[in-house]
Amino acid sequence: MIKAILIFNNHGKPRLIRFYQYFAEDMQQQIIRETFHLVSKRDDNVCNFLEGGSLIGGSDYKLIYRHYATLYFVFCVDSSESELGILDLIQVFVETLDKCFENVCELDLIFHMDKGGLSAAPARAVSAVKNMNLPEIPRNINIGDINIKVPSLSPF
Amino acid sequence: MSDVVEKTLSALPSLLSLDSQPGAGKLSSTSKLGSLIRNITELTSKHEEEKLIKRELAALKEQVSSPNTTMKQMREAMVRAIYCEMLGYEASFTYIHAIKLAQQGTVLEKRVGYLAVSLFLNESHDLLLLLVNTVLKDLQSSNLIEVCMALTVVSQVFPKDMIPAILPVVEEKLTHPKEIIRRKAVLALYKFYLIAPNQVQHIHAKFRKALCDKDPGVMTASLHIYLQLIKESPDMYKELTGSFVTILKQVVGGKLPIDFNYHSVPAPWLQIQLLRILGLLGREDQSTSELMYDVLDESLRRAEMNHNITYAILYECVKAIYSIYPKSELCEKAAKCIGNFVLSPKINLKYLGLKALTYVVQQDANLALQHQMTIIECLDHPDLIIKKETLELLFRITNTQNVTVIVEKMLGFLKLSNDDYTIVDLVGKVAELAEKYAPDNEWFIQTMNEVFSFGGDMMQPDIPNSFLRLLAEGCESAEESRQLRLYAVDSYLAVLQKDSAHLPQRFLQIISWVLGEYSHLKEGLDVQEVRQLLMKLLDRKGVTTETRCWVLSSLMKLCEGPGADEMAQELVERWGSSLDPLLRQQAQELLCLSLDKDLRTRTLPLATTWDGLEVDSSLSFLDGFVAEALAAGAAPYKPPHQRQQEQCQEKALSLEPYGLSLPVSLSSCSLTDRQSPTLLSMSSGQSGNSTEPSNKAGSSKLNLEGVKRVWGKEGYLPHREVPEESAPVEEASSAVQSSSQQGGASDKSSMAHTEPVEQDKEKQQLASSLFVGLGSHNATSLMGKSETPSQRFRRKPRTQVSTSSSVTSEKSDSSHSSRSTVDSFLYGSLLEEEPVLPQPNTSHTPRVTTANGSSETKTQSFIPTNGTFEGEEAEEEEEEPTQTENDITSVTAHRTKQGSLIMNSDMVIVQPTMWSDQPKDWSQDDSGDLLSSGSDTHMETSPLLLLPADLRDLPHSNINTLAADQSLLLSSCHVYRDDALVLVIFLSNSGETPIQEIAVQLNCEQLEVASLRGNVIDTLDGLGTSVCRYTLVMDGAHTQVEMTGTVSYQAGPGHTQTLPFSSKLSLADFIRPLVITTEEYGKLWLSFSHDVKQNLKLLKGDRDPLVTTLDALKETLQLHIVDIIGSEGIVACRLLQGAPCLLHCRIHGDSLAVWLRSSLPGLPDCVLYYCQKALLEH
Repeated sequence: MIKAILIFNNHGKPRLIRFYQYFAEDMQQQIIRETFHLVSKRDDNVCNFLEGGSLIGGSDYKLIYRHYATLYFVFCVDSSESELGILDLIQVFVETLDKCFENVCELDLIFHMDKGGLSAAPARAVSAVKNMNLPEIPRNINIGDINIKVPSLSPF
Repeated sequence: MSDVVEKTLSALPSLLSLDSQPGAGKLSSTSKLGSLIRNITELTSKHEEEKLIKRELAALKEQVSSPNTTMKQMREAMVRAIYCEMLGYEASFTYIHAIKLAQQGTVLEKRVGYLAVSLFLNESHDLLLLLVNTVLKDLQSSNLIEVCMALTVVSQVFPKDMIPAILPVVEEKLTHPKEIIRRKAVLALYKFYLIAPNQVQHIHAKFRKALCDKDPGVMTASLHIYLQLIKESPDMYKELTGSFVTILKQVVGGKLPIDFNYHSVPAPWLQIQLLRILGLLGREDQSTSELMYDVLDESLRRAEMNHNITYAILYECVKAIYSIYPKSELCEKAAKCIGNFVLSPKINLKYLGLKALTYVVQQDANLALQHQMTIIECLDHPDLIIKKETLELLFRITNTQNVTVIVEKMLGFLKLSNDDYTIVDLVGKVAELAEKYAPDNEWFIQTMNEVFSFGGDMMQPDIPNSFLRLLAEGCESAEESRQLRLYAVDSYLAVLQKDSAHLPQRFLQIISWVLGEYSHLKEGLDVQEVRQLLMKLLDRKGVTTETRCWVLSSLMKLCEGPGADEMAQELVERWGSSLDPLLRQQAQELLCLSLDKDLRTRTLPLATTWDGLEVDSSLSFLDGFVAEALAAGAAPYKPPHQRQQEQCQEKALSLEPYGLSLPVSLSSCSLTDRQSPTLLSMSSGQSGNSTEPSNKAGSSKLNLEGVKRVWGKEGYLPHREVPEESAPVEEASSAVQSSSQQGGASDKSSMAHTEPVEQDKEKQQLASSLFVGLGSHNATSLMGKSETPSQRFRRKPRTQVSTSSSVTSEKSDSSHSSRSTVDSFLYGSLLEEEPVLPQPNTSHTPRVTTANGSSETKTQSFIPTNGTFEGEEAEEEEEEPTQTENDITSVTAHRTKQGSLIMNSDMVIVQPTMWSDQPKDWSQDDSGDLLSSGSDTHMETSPLLLLPADLRDLPHSNINTLAADQSLLLSSCHVYRDDALVLVIFLSNSGETPIQEIAVQLNCEQLEVASLRGNVIDTLDGLGTSVCRYTLVMDGAHTQVEMTGTVSYQAGPGHTQTLPFSSKLSLADFIRPLVITTEEYGKLWLSFSHDVKQNLKLLKGDRDPLVTTLDALKETLQLHIVDIIGSEGIVACRLLQGAPCLLHCRIHGDSLAVWLRSSLPGLPDCVLYYCQKALLEH
């Protein structure tokens, strides 16, 4: 199960945050800070998995992240998720964003929050990628021929 | 991604100039949101942003509260409110409007409304209640999109007490013609299952339908539910193995539509899910595993190494192969895969490879051996995560010979790491290894010093406790223990003399305790010097009060000899007026003791032995005091949870208007802070006045008979792993010799050296020191049980329970429990007043069963041998009638009669030869089978006949398997006693070798748990079975409670293993019939305040429907039908001996209108739930 999805930039400024488990506002901030602290000090040539963040649930939880240009994409998952599977999911997620924005960049996430509920509802973006309404869902994704909802971006 | 940067740069000017061309990358300037975002990005300070947002919020407030605002404007305002919330400013005034928007808008407006609701509100928000009707309406809408939105929001924010209101409608959607609706419905039910499992248990059959759905999406969705269900109880879903295998075969074979492919791999995430399910199902089950060998082989073959996602599938495959019953060819292939992972240059794969190795290394240590050089390289890897994983792997393969190298590596890592989680974790591991495998005193003390200084005050408190206990209890030979203590004293003096300012408090506490207790062992040491050091500690800044207490109490032990009086005087002056009462008390005690030498030597004798200590953990010495206080009018003691429960007025929602609903589960209002009394182990460290980590040895002597709900002894007994020292092992290299001297040990150490590779010398040396002791012997036993390390701190060999009582009394500490075993054993036999005759164990009387099962006689044979009973075997025979099924009142009467016997329980150890002759249909004669679930599986050879004699004729459930590992099988049986549920746990040794030192520990937050007998067992012979039992009492109303527990045991000397288990108990286990007259019923009815009304299904039968229905209820739940008058019936039951629950049933049209009342909040709901369930299942 995915517990949280955090996207922040190289300075730790959150760009897209979604928690699938309720945390109070200040706890969320603390989690983001701690996660950024853990992730940002890692080189690019080390593995993409981290264990034992103490804030979201201890030993059962893993952080799986990817670093693209200025953004970190961090998925916080429990032990029922496959590590490499999630890693690929992040890839799919980013590819999908890329499709929507024709070469996605950090600014798209800032300025296009009126599109398809992206920044407003990170849940939608992610659930669209996993084609789901819950953290876990059938993931019949095909990158060549996307049958997912994100591309039909309608302004509110 | 470099083009991303380019893109960013090229986008910048246009964005900064606020160019508003239409197009994909541009922001619409017309929308208010657009201008808001743009304004914010132009700001330069946080302060300005605050001002801007405040203005924005004020405008929003005005807009949403104005009656003229159209829905369209509202939608726009909502989006801006979301944006403000996202920036961290509260816009709570819009929440209610979000709900309104979802209620009244058109589809698009609804969508925004739902979106805002799911972002603004969390599960515990009160406003959600207002959403129920909207969601219900949308769920029943004919518009697909509206149904989808409703299902989505249901699974996102609905709390568990609102589920009943919408459950029937969601359930209906499982048969919807559109697959997206079906899929969303399945997922919503999955969410319900996660937060309130007992509310959806009646739809399990429908999940099966979803699994067979023609749409792969729906099927995949149902796998989430199954993965969860199977994780919790794999035995119940074994028959689905075939289906899962077929599905996986089809997926792997490419039968799914092409758009499920990802990088030309068919539905990889689906495959991962299925592989996990198969791994869970096949665990330790040969017949089930055989079904899946083919498909696993196929998956391995198909998943060629070419893309990230195929690696993910391979990894899951390998894990599944090693989880299920092993098949050598598959394991070989999997091992090859792991090899590829470990050797891969890709760092992520290396990580997974290490993880896989860690997973399999206990089964097949040779695999680690093959990759030793890679592992060595990983130890020096720049990535800390890889390093940590490698250490985890090394931790699993540690033995006496490589312990020094591995611990050194771990400590090295500790020095580098700085996050708390890693430190606590690693420190615990080092301490465990040091205690288990320490080669000599010096190393042990040094290592523990490192542990304490690294671990600081974060580490688990049981590390210092067990360390002190180890020191205090000493080892096998007095000389050895003296050496160890002396060494500790030496090293701590040295530590204190150096700069000790940075030492953590826990370490200081240990140091002061050891110095107080053992500094007299060191000859020629000036007491004054020790005192000086300790006094210095006392005065230092940054030392906590708790530490000061420790120091003071060790100074108390040291106030003897020259200068003692002055010191006492000085300390009293300094601390006697301290603000802290604890310190003041310590100081006063010190003064008293220093004045009265006699008292001092009596309370604090030198060289305390631990054998004589007995702790009355039931506090019975206070009985007189309590009685006096009660007589003087004091209120009786109520445990904290009870007090809180009385204060807590229930706040349950009444969901009646929604008709078909299920009752609200009240477990959310239940108190979770209640600590099981058994957890109150007395730890020496906390109190300060009593520095003695006492009460360990004597505890097993506690006589718990007749004492209800006492502090159980299992709180600390499982921690009895305090090793004691064996004869000194000269050096690590001689371990081969020493292990062979120990008889059965099969340790072969030379294996690691046999693979010289051309690598640099240093690494090879490291490798040989790390992997020494792993080797060929493991190949013979896949389960990896054969390792018998020779240990330094080894427990004394268990005293054989022999007939010579002198031996028992001579052997001090360790014999307590064995003696009590014998005692209880004899005691039990005597009480049953059966002749104990020595007989050969082959003879036994087969059970006689009459055909109709209504009344039968069983003759059971027991051969209670303790293995060490000088081979003497005794057999008891017993005949007893069982009750007829329908006569519940007579059962009750019978049970009350039996109730007094209950405490005379005992352990029965049965020789395995009996089992083969056991009739297979043992479970069917079970007259008292009241367990609601009919789906439990039974162990093939489960010995229901093993139930202790006094429990045998009480109603009881079938025997279910709780947990199992390679050597121990746990199963349980519920026995329904009037005043409690007796949980009987059978421990069966499934191997040939005896298991030592079994300790069972059981916890349940919501129940009162008391252990009767048998939760500590010295020796369980090969293939033998032992019985231990607990009484469980439920005070509050819970529909279902979960209990968890662990069994720790030693399969080989010093090889402590733990086997966790968990089980669920339902309220039905605790319901007992309440026999009263109609008049009493009438009086009681009026006095109760908590009630629930509900219409239930009416059963049709050949008799009167009311009678049929009530009989059905009585059959499933233990109810007492008080009276039936015309179309009304009154029924009564109670929660054990506690709160009654009265049911008033009336036929109302086609249904049964039930009105429940009770004095206990929540009980009516729970009982109603089970009635409903019983009738549905009927």
